[in-house]
Amino acid sequence: MANIEIELEVNGRQEQVSVEPGKTLLHLLRENLGLTGAKDGCRSGDCGACVVIVDGRSVNSCMVLAPQAEGSSVMTVEGLAQGDELHPLQRAFAENWAFQCGFCTPGMLASCYALLEFNDNPTRDEIRAAIAGNFCRCTGYQAVVKAVEQAATELRVLKGGSRNA
Amino acid sequence: MRAKETAPGRAIPHESASLHVAGEATYVDDIPELAGTLYVALGLSSEAHARIRSIDLEAVQNAPGVVGVITAADIPGVNDCGPIIHDDPILADSEVQFVGQPIFAVAANSYTAARKAVRLAEIDYESLPAVLDVATGRQQQSFVIPPMHLRRGDAEQALQSSPSRSQGAFSIGGQEQFYLEGQISYVAPKEDGCFHLWCSTQHPTEMQQVVAHALGIDFNQVVVEMRRMGGGFGGKESQSAIFACIAAVVASKLGRPVKLRLDRDDDMTITGKRHGFEFAYDVGYDDDGQIHAARVDMAAQAGFSADLSGPVVTRAVCHFDNAYYLGDVAIDAYSVRTNTQSNTAFRGFGGPQGAIAIEYIIDNIARQLGKDPLQVRKLNFYGRDERNVTPYGQTVSDNVIHELVDELESSSDYSARRKAVAAFNRDNEVLRKGLALTPLKFGISFNVVHFNQAGALVHVYTDGSVLVNHGGTEMGQGLHTKVSQVVALELGIDVRRVRATANDTSKVANTSATAASTGSDLNGKAAQDAARQIRNRLIRFIAEEHGANLADIEFAGDRVSWGSGEIAFDELVVQAYQNRVQLWSDGFYKTPGLSWDREAMQGSPFYYFSYGAAVSEVVVDTLTGEWKLLRADILHDAGNSINPVIDIGQIEGAFIQGMGWLTSEELRWNEAGRLITHAPSTYKIPTITDCPQKFNTRLYQNHNVEDTILRSKAVGEPPLLLPFSVFFAIRDAIASLADNRINPPLRAPATPEAILDAIDALRGEHQ
Ligand code: FES
Ligand code: FES
Repeated sequence: MANIEIELEVNGRQEQVSVEPGKTLLHLLRENLGLTGAKDGCRSGDCGACVVIVDGRSVNSCMVLAPQAEGSSVMTVEGLAQGDELHPLQRAFAENWAFQCGFCTPGMLASCYALLEFNDNPTRDEIRAAIAGNFCRCTGYQAVVKAVEQAATELRVLKGGSRNA
Repeated sequence: MRAKETAPGRAIPHESASLHVAGEATYVDDIPELAGTLYVALGLSSEAHARIRSIDLEAVQNAPGVVGVITAADIPGVNDCGPIIHDDPILADSEVQFVGQPIFAVAANSYTAARKAVRLAEIDYESLPAVLDVATGRQQQSFVIPPMHLRRGDAEQALQSSPSRSQGAFSIGGQEQFYLEGQISYVAPKEDGCFHLWCSTQHPTEMQQVVAHALGIDFNQVVVEMRRMGGGFGGKESQSAIFACIAAVVASKLGRPVKLRLDRDDDMTITGKRHGFEFAYDVGYDDDGQIHAARVDMAAQAGFSADLSGPVVTRAVCHFDNAYYLGDVAIDAYSVRTNTQSNTAFRGFGGPQGAIAIEYIIDNIARQLGKDPLQVRKLNFYGRDERNVTPYGQTVSDNVIHELVDELESSSDYSARRKAVAAFNRDNEVLRKGLALTPLKFGISFNVVHFNQAGALVHVYTDGSVLVNHGGTEMGQGLHTKVSQVVALELGIDVRRVRATANDTSKVANTSATAASTGSDLNGKAAQDAARQIRNRLIRFIAEEHGANLADIEFAGDRVSWGSGEIAFDELVVQAYQNRVQLWSDGFYKTPGLSWDREAMQGSPFYYFSYGAAVSEVVVDTLTGEWKLLRADILHDAGNSINPVIDIGQIEGAFIQGMGWLTSEELRWNEAGRLITHAPSTYKIPTITDCPQKFNTRLYQNHNVEDTILRSKAVGEPPLLLPFSVFFAIRDAIASLADNRINPPLRAPATPEAILDAIDALRGEHQ
């Protein structure tokens, strides 16, 4: 089958790629654009290693066919930092050792980023719900929750206000 | 002395922290691909046991995108990748031994093309009788290695004379490693018949060896490089070999770079898992609950080949005592051959399976006597000066289990919560709570003495930056961070100046697997030895050059000082270089004092023991079998921790992983021998929703009595035993339905189905 030309925005850059119709967004990112942050952990929508942000929402990129992403705006873990300045979530993950092998981290960060964009003062249960689709075989998740709490606090301070402090 | 041994502070980042959070940490699949790379898919057996009559791969060969196909006949060297016994074919040739065994490999221009082509194969099988479960294999005396027997005293006699007996059976399932990064190998042919292999493996040296054997070339023609794994947990110790070998054979035949990355389903279908065990036991005890004799028959599901079953089952035998003195002992252990995946290493390596059996028995004894299980546990703990020799003849000389459990009992408020649980259960018919405190003792060292060695290289460059390379592999356990800390401490410099590099068989040779929790014990010591030699040369240089007194020279804070003067570390190394002082060194370490007689199953196989304990509280819905872990409290002994943040992470992670093994992770095979739980949709590893809201983990203040690296203790595997407390809390909740008088026959994993079965059995007996 002929390749399909698609256009999409990735980490703020407009990209044009030619992909086989069956290719997933995950593999478009990894293979066509060399963005190997998002990982292939199961390719069946179960593990969350491939999570990226599409139009503001966290999605399992292994479950999205590349042509479906036509015209959308995608953000991957590589797009979280502003230049050399890490996003507070990235800093909090590093400071709290919210990873061991690190293979789940890009997906975990994307899920948490989506949560904090939409809710900068999440309860512990909301954090748990946000990462319920992200497997981590290493950490037992405690450090991840701690990191998200720290990042949320920092983000609220940075924004200079909050729903309720 | 203590202060000096303490590692340099807590706020040390993970050596790759900034890479991980930026998505820039490179795993094998992220390495930029070489031009001409081919992708491999595997053709797998659909039969559990059969003779292969014929293989027709013509359609496969002619499929679009296919560049080459290989079968066993294409292997130029030996068709075997077994780690100990040579019964592990790389590709099955005349006979298949389990559903999922690789028979051929297809290399194509894309994974999709390779995968599509695989389906076009025509394989004609002639079915042979298959053994699909342990009981059948045990009955048929179908073993992968000879049975093992351990005896102390006369267990038979002691059982006869014991006032009471606990007799029965207990079964425990296996566990899929579910490393988040699946198995992967990437091989590039190099000049002069050499190969470079990037492989997600815990054992680069063994990969080098098996690839060389498969290709019929020398070890020095294969370089294996391994920067980091996305998890290993034992599953990438021996079982990365088959994929490395297949990729290498394809690369050698086609002369192209070859990548073999498994789909999750194929990975789970092909690779071995934690061994499931069946136990039959007979234990004699007195009216207080003290054990006088134990006889146990343990049968492990080895799968179709030996792989690491020998050492795994040995470790199970050596951990049946857990933290208890058992009197006279008779253990018979069988590694049962079944027509299933060849089971292998998984964090704990048989230790957890052996130890949970005695915990189950002690739990029984307590209920039979109407006591709190914790009392009976304490009563049977190894003594300090007597009752302190294990069934395999090693004296337990570093015992802290009494103090540790006492501390946890009070910090977790055990007795008040025991009462509260009883009160809750009096008021609730359907929801029942359970509470349990379980201890652990775990022996550290490889059970094979000669594996307990390690090497390292340390280079100090003339700008004062340092590079360390050692024989261990990084799989998330923080090994590179700990080793870097050790080197930094030795040279008195900031850890940020030390870079740990990829394990590489062309740097440190003949390494052991990063396994048995020994990674930092062995490699930390080797790196310390290397750094110390450089430090000693620098000391001699300063003494000569600056007339310093040897004893006054100190390395700290990126400076070196002596009574009358001091110098920045980077200036010193320039001076030393200009004076022709060697600024790099190798280092070596071998663990002292180990012995093991495999036949008699006697000796001192462990350098020391780690200890820990956990309290778990659960609530069980006795109508549906659903349950929830409400709270967990852990106290664990990591000795003088090199890095408390790493160690606590290891403990929390092991606890949740072990809880998965004992509760939600169930392996099921159908009547044809096909693993039906071969994907995360059917095989349930814990997610955040399974974790307790209250989860308190603390390190026990301790100091290794042995001269280990900075007096720390290994922490990789031991905490996998902590979630025994979850399993026994569930059993405690169930037992409350019959006033804690009857022992619920709960199997592991305690899935809701298993819980309901136990409840039914209990009610049946109660009436
Ligand atoms: S790779 Fe997409 S959910 Fe696992
Ligand atoms: S850190 Fe290894 S899977 Fe999460």
